[in-house]
Amino acid sequence: MDLVVARPEGLYCPPGDFYIDPWRPVDRAVITHAHGDHARWGMGHYLASRDSEGILRSRIAADMPLQTLGYGESIEHHGVKLSFHPAGHVLGSAQVRMEYQGEVWVASGDYKVEPDGTCAPFEPVRCHTFITESTFGLPIYKWPAQAEVFREINDWWRANAAAGRASVLFCYAFGKAQRILHGLDASIGTIVVHGAVEPLNKVYREGGIHLPPTVYAGDLTKGDPRLKHALILAPPSAGGSTWMRRFGDYADAFASGWMMLRGTRRRRGVDRGFVLSDHADWPGLLWAIEQTGAERVMVTHGSVAVLVRYLREMRGLDAQAFATEYGEEDDAATEGAA
Amino acid sequence: MKAFATLYSRLDATTSSNAKLAAMRDYFREADPADAAWAVYFLAGGRPRQLVPTRVLRETAMQAAGLPEWLFEESYQAVGDMAETISLLMPEAEHSSEDGLAVWMQDRLLPLRGLPPEELAERLPALWAQLDRLSLMVCIKLITGAFRVGVSKLLVTRALASLADLDPKRVAQRLVGYTDLSHRPSAEGYRALIAEESEHEHAQRGGQPYPFFLAHSLQTPVEEFDMLLGAPDNWFVEWKWDGIRAQLVKRDGQIWVWSRGEELVSERFPELCELARCLPDGTVIDGEILVWKHAPETPSGELFDISGTGEPSAGAFGVQPFALLQQRIGRKNLTAKVLQDAPVAVLAYDLLEWQGDDWRQREHRERRVQLEAVVEQCPNPRLMLSPLVTGDDWADLARQREASRALGVEGMMIKARAAQYGVGRTKDVGVWWKWKIDPYSVDAVLIYAQRGHGRRASLYTDYTFAVWDGEPGDPERKLVPFAKAYSGLTDEEMRKVDAIVRKTTVEKFGPVRSVTPTLVFELGFEGIAASSRHKSGIAVRFPRMLRWRLDKPVDEADTLETLKELLG
Repeated sequence: MDLVVARPEGLYCPPGDFYIDPWRPVDRAVITHAHGDHARWGMGHYLASRDSEGILRSRIAADMPLQTLGYGESIEHHGVKLSFHPAGHVLGSAQVRMEYQGEVWVASGDYKVEPDGTCAPFEPVRCHTFITESTFGLPIYKWPAQAEVFREINDWWRANAAAGRASVLFCYAFGKAQRILHGLDASIGTIVVHGAVEPLNKVYREGGIHLPPTVYAGDLTKGDPRLKHALILAPPSAGGSTWMRRFGDYADAFASGWMMLRGTRRRRGVDRGFVLSDHADWPGLLWAIEQTGAERVMVTHGSVAVLVRYLREMRGLDAQAFATEYGEEDDAATEGAA
Repeated sequence: MKAFATLYSRLDATTSSNAKLAAMRDYFREADPADAAWAVYFLAGGRPRQLVPTRVLRETAMQAAGLPEWLFEESYQAVGDMAETISLLMPEAEHSSEDGLAVWMQDRLLPLRGLPPEELAERLPALWAQLDRLSLMVCIKLITGAFRVGVSKLLVTRALASLADLDPKRVAQRLVGYTDLSHRPSAEGYRALIAEESEHEHAQRGGQPYPFFLAHSLQTPVEEFDMLLGAPDNWFVEWKWDGIRAQLVKRDGQIWVWSRGEELVSERFPELCELARCLPDGTVIDGEILVWKHAPETPSGELFDISGTGEPSAGAFGVQPFALLQQRIGRKNLTAKVLQDAPVAVLAYDLLEWQGDDWRQREHRERRVQLEAVVEQCPNPRLMLSPLVTGDDWADLARQREASRALGVEGMMIKARAAQYGVGRTKDVGVWWKWKIDPYSVDAVLIYAQRGHGRRASLYTDYTFAVWDGEPGDPERKLVPFAKAYSGLTDEEMRKVDAIVRKTTVEKFGPVRSVTPTLVFELGFEGIAASSRHKSGIAVRFPRMLRWRLDKPVDEADTLETLKELLG
């Protein structure tokens, strides 16, 4: 029996009568993580991992009808045993394990296999059927070592600071920003953050994640001497806006897995692109799928057709596509944050 | 190779000329002269012929990366660049070669040419394994001859000039012919580029041409010409010929013909060698090569076919369509028949050297007078003067310009009478303007889309356009494709069209998507000709999107009839 099917409202578990990351309002929603395309407003009941509670309440509503579970804890609902397991994507991100009459399914949400120190690292969960994302489902995506990327970012910042120029680094405000903060060499200069980043830092800090001290951009005036050596973290939407004027002469960069390609780097029109993603690269996806031991794989958002065909032809798995409304259609064109 | 790859990435990462200059200076300051020689060659636009067939490159890469062909293809579609795709798919090299660009070119890459595929399949992976990802990408671009990095020859000239403390014009002069296929870059050649200026350097040697002076596009409304240009008497006005810009160099009893790309093309135009007899040594003429048919009874002089009505037009005699010239350039063998069917002539418009002296610093009016004398003294129908067009005022000239299309020209050239002959697109010693006629335009429907390359990779930006075959209201009428275009949209518009293409896809054929016809664009193009090779029976030249006709429903797009009327 299929424990998850695609419905117009979202991925649905028929025996348990609940949805996973639904994109339309439903009564019962199980949430894998708090990014906007997975956790939406308007559900009757929410179930999510304990680590995601702070973010969810700050993003959706403080008094939202939310029940949480620690990683590995389970509850039973209409005979379906449900538990959360770390997905390594952002703080609180979880894979959802469902067991019903001896059949085990795992829905991964978004995941990354390399540990980053800002959230519980990905744990493979054995299952019969694995629902995987495929954001970077092409063999051209192979991430450089994280330490190497942070060395590049620090070097870039140091060189700009030496030239008396601010360094503006664009990145997604939730997850990516905190991961960068965690990896920066804070001795180089002041770290300034955009208003979209600061509230999330607070939640991370409260969750016991070490982040270096940051200054809220709104507390600085134009011409503040600290800006000449500062690194500024801002969401991509701040680029080109009047908000940027306060930084005077600056160099800019963008941190995302899409920066792997010269074309997307050039299209972004920033001085530098750093390859840093919260998603699994191609080897990561294949490794994760193999670790689950699943014989059936359902592929969602990203390079769906490619991954399905690869798993069928090269790995002999029963792979199928699931249509969802997560992320964007099939490639880098419109996506910038991943 | 590493240093050159780093230079490539620095140049690629910026659009600022100053940053590019700085990157080039940094590279040349440190580079070994032999490496620098090759770097100048590639940066200035030198393209050795493809060393390894693309098919072999792909197959070797698939083999080495252990990927099936379809997955390689999907990857290539996402990346939009063959060299980059291969560099991303190959396993990362453990250690990277320290050898320079010259060693790589001379000892490793050039010897690959002509090797059998089995041998290449063995050698390439061993070479690739010595290069880090960036160097590998650059190396493959050198192999395929597709190296381009958004640096103009002028910018390379400036970088070298500032490094060696020379006049950029001098460096430009030395660079002429540097990227010609017959030239092999060497340390000695590089040292000569940046050497101190010597006394006898002014005397020209052999068949060397001068750097071409290039025109700027004039897009101001004619009402503002007086303000911008002053009275027409300060200018020479000529037709803008639609041929091949060329320099005729006559020295040591011989003629050399150079195209604007500074490529030696004498062999393509053997009939021009006749001119050696009537041009004195030490003469360099700038002009346009055109296919030209002389009327039998007046073998020289007439510019256009004067029809019975007295109206000039392009026709049986005089200047022939560019398509004919194009066919001739494409021919491997210039048979007697080709030479007879498409004979060329040069329309001279400037004199750069006379009696062995460089005349480029003299005023255009003085050069023109002497040019007229030179052509006069060379009674050969293959050399004619590009005539001056005169008018009472700019409005009058604008009226005359309306005949451009009928005359087979692209508009007018406006050249300052006091101008010296500059280098490239300079404006400091006088200006040349090109005042082109508006392109033809039709409203066409987007029916297929394909993903673009380079910075457009992953976006659907290359489109096929169709017009209706049949009048409005005809239920049987169909859209027939007639042109492909990919330029003219802003980034913003490109993203919007991309999203619509994805939403309205009907079918995918490999990298191409067919879409439900919903989008209408005004397409512009420079020329139109009947063609048996196209489904529509029509071929257009330089098609591009002029604007997105959001206001126009698909039904109201133009018809094949409209296009055929433009054929005239």
